[in-house]
Amino acid sequence: MKRTARILALGGLAVALAFTGAVTARAQDQTLLNVSYDPTRELYVQFNEAFAKHWKDTTGGNVTIEQSHGGSGKQAQAVIDGLQADVVTLALEGDINAIVDKSGLIDANWRSEFPNNSTPYTSTIVFLVRKGNPKAINDWGDLIKDGVEVITPNPKTSGGARWNYLAAWAYANKTFGGDEAKDIDFIKQLYAHVPVLDTGARGSTVTFAQKELGDVLLAWENEAFLVLDEFGADNFDVVYPPSSILAEPPVAIVDKNVEAHGTADLAKAYIEYLYSPEGQTLAAKNHYRPSDPSVVTDQALVEAFPKIDLISIDDPLFGGWKTAQPKHFGDGGIFDQVYTPAQ
Amino acid sequence: MKPSVIPGFGLTFGYTILYLSLIVLIPIAGLFLKAATTPIEQIIRIATSPRTLKALEVSFGSSLIAALVNVVFGIIVAWVLVRYKFPGRRLLDAIVDLPFALPTAVAGIALSTLYAPKGWVGSLFSDKGPLWQWWHGQTWLPFGLSEFSLNFKIAYTPTGIVIALIFIGLPFVVRTVQPVLEEFEQELEEAAATLGANRWQTITSVILPRLTPALLTGFALAFARAVGEYGSVIFIAGNLPNISEIAPVLIVIKLEEFDQAGAAVIAGIMLIIAFVMLLVINLIQAWARRRFGNV
Repeated sequence: MKRTARILALGGLAVALAFTGAVTARAQDQTLLNVSYDPTRELYVQFNEAFAKHWKDTTGGNVTIEQSHGGSGKQAQAVIDGLQADVVTLALEGDINAIVDKSGLIDANWRSEFPNNSTPYTSTIVFLVRKGNPKAINDWGDLIKDGVEVITPNPKTSGGARWNYLAAWAYANKTFGGDEAKDIDFIKQLYAHVPVLDTGARGSTVTFAQKELGDVLLAWENEAFLVLDEFGADNFDVVYPPSSILAEPPVAIVDKNVEAHGTADLAKAYIEYLYSPEGQTLAAKNHYRPSDPSVVTDQALVEAFPKIDLISIDDPLFGGWKTAQPKHFGDGGIFDQVYTPAQ
Repeated sequence: MKPSVIPGFGLTFGYTILYLSLIVLIPIAGLFLKAATTPIEQIIRIATSPRTLKALEVSFGSSLIAALVNVVFGIIVAWVLVRYKFPGRRLLDAIVDLPFALPTAVAGIALSTLYAPKGWVGSLFSDKGPLWQWWHGQTWLPFGLSEFSLNFKIAYTPTGIVIALIFIGLPFVVRTVQPVLEEFEQELEEAAATLGANRWQTITSVILPRLTPALLTGFALAFARAVGEYGSVIFIAGNLPNISEIAPVLIVIKLEEFDQAGAAVIAGIMLIIAFVMLLVINLIQAWARRRFGNV
């Protein structure tokens, strides 16, 4: 009896010690929450691992990075509603602006805080087609040929889908010499070829790749290559149209949150590391176009990106997100008009 | 009011009010408060826009169809489970509850994969699929009829929405009808038979009237659940505006525009319609209980 009691007491002491040890160790640990959008999962899994190692090597501290992924707009709303994000890495400038306007958690001048308008990597929209491109889809105009089914998510609910739409708009504008009525008509015809409007980019990818619906998927460049990896390169081809859009998914520190968490330095280092040679190389490996290609350690990765004509959202055609968002995707905007049935 | 002979009314009633307020009334009041921040013209504009009306029609229409289908087949399932003894009955009984437990997104993905044009079930009905082949192989059909193109798209049409809603609503009807059927005295049916009723008369005059209150409850539950369903439907609906867009998708669209008040307006409209319909069902039920007795 006495012996059991002693063993129990010793056991208890050991457990208590282990706890204290764990607690003291935790005290030096920091956590960082990065709230991001859907297709960046694979990139940030690798990047977080690299950054945690870099942080340990330079400061000796342990950092645990938590990731949250979802539709870009939903993620922004979650941060506005109180999700304790330290940094946001979203699909659209407009989503970070919404956090600025609705909650004031981020400083209004966030775009000038980091190089390249706080965009460490860019991307573009490409076509993913069935192997051998049986419907001969090579440019945006081919999307409205008879019998072509286009898979793209709903621009009202998906950030990626807005880039798809704007790339098509840019093509129409160039083709019809700036006649907006013709541009709208082209967009109308394009969406008449869309049999399913998924709510997010991943949903559309699944519809196209797994459920085998449609002839062409309008996809993020990195998402298209992800499909090749996941579903087999012998089932699909990536087609680069002659022109497309320069998609700039921006990043920002959530200033009020890092102040409260005491993670300001960590968050700054995290985003700066995205611009470092390691960060830029990881981005290129995951098929994001590095904003500073010269620092990428493996230049073959940079050369693998085909050079196509990319139009920026800040081009006078769109006039930046603050103009383009309400005009095209706002309530009653052009996208809504396209779906208003003829009276 | 005469106090009840059972003690504890004050305590339990107070608790009931508190509980209902916390769980149901306060969130709903919050919703209406948010909706009320919208100017009245805007509320009317949202409520009467063709797109909202069509989405409400799709939501309530497909929920109604799904609930009706579930009533018919739910009775049959409940009947089989109660009245017949066969191996595997317990297993079948447990399977009925699966739609309760399965995350709705999983159900939606599974159903849309099955019913997509290239899916196992969808391919049977697709253009130039087996059904089409068979139809065109029928030489006895008069000319013209065989030319009629027999192909149905199920997923990504309103039909797909109905299928998803049938799936999630099935347990409600079975589980409300089953206990009532178990309590039935079979002697009543035997008495009906000895009094000369044929089988059809026994079903329509003896069994169904006494099932009515339970059926209505099951119908109302399945219907209410279907109206609010989002997770499974978005995967199979196709979400095409004015065709297969349900009202909850419109709400999500409003939220994506950071227009919470607009979202609250549509949610409020849905809630009012659903509440009125449930109230009517409850009144019919009260009438049915008086008319056919409480079983």
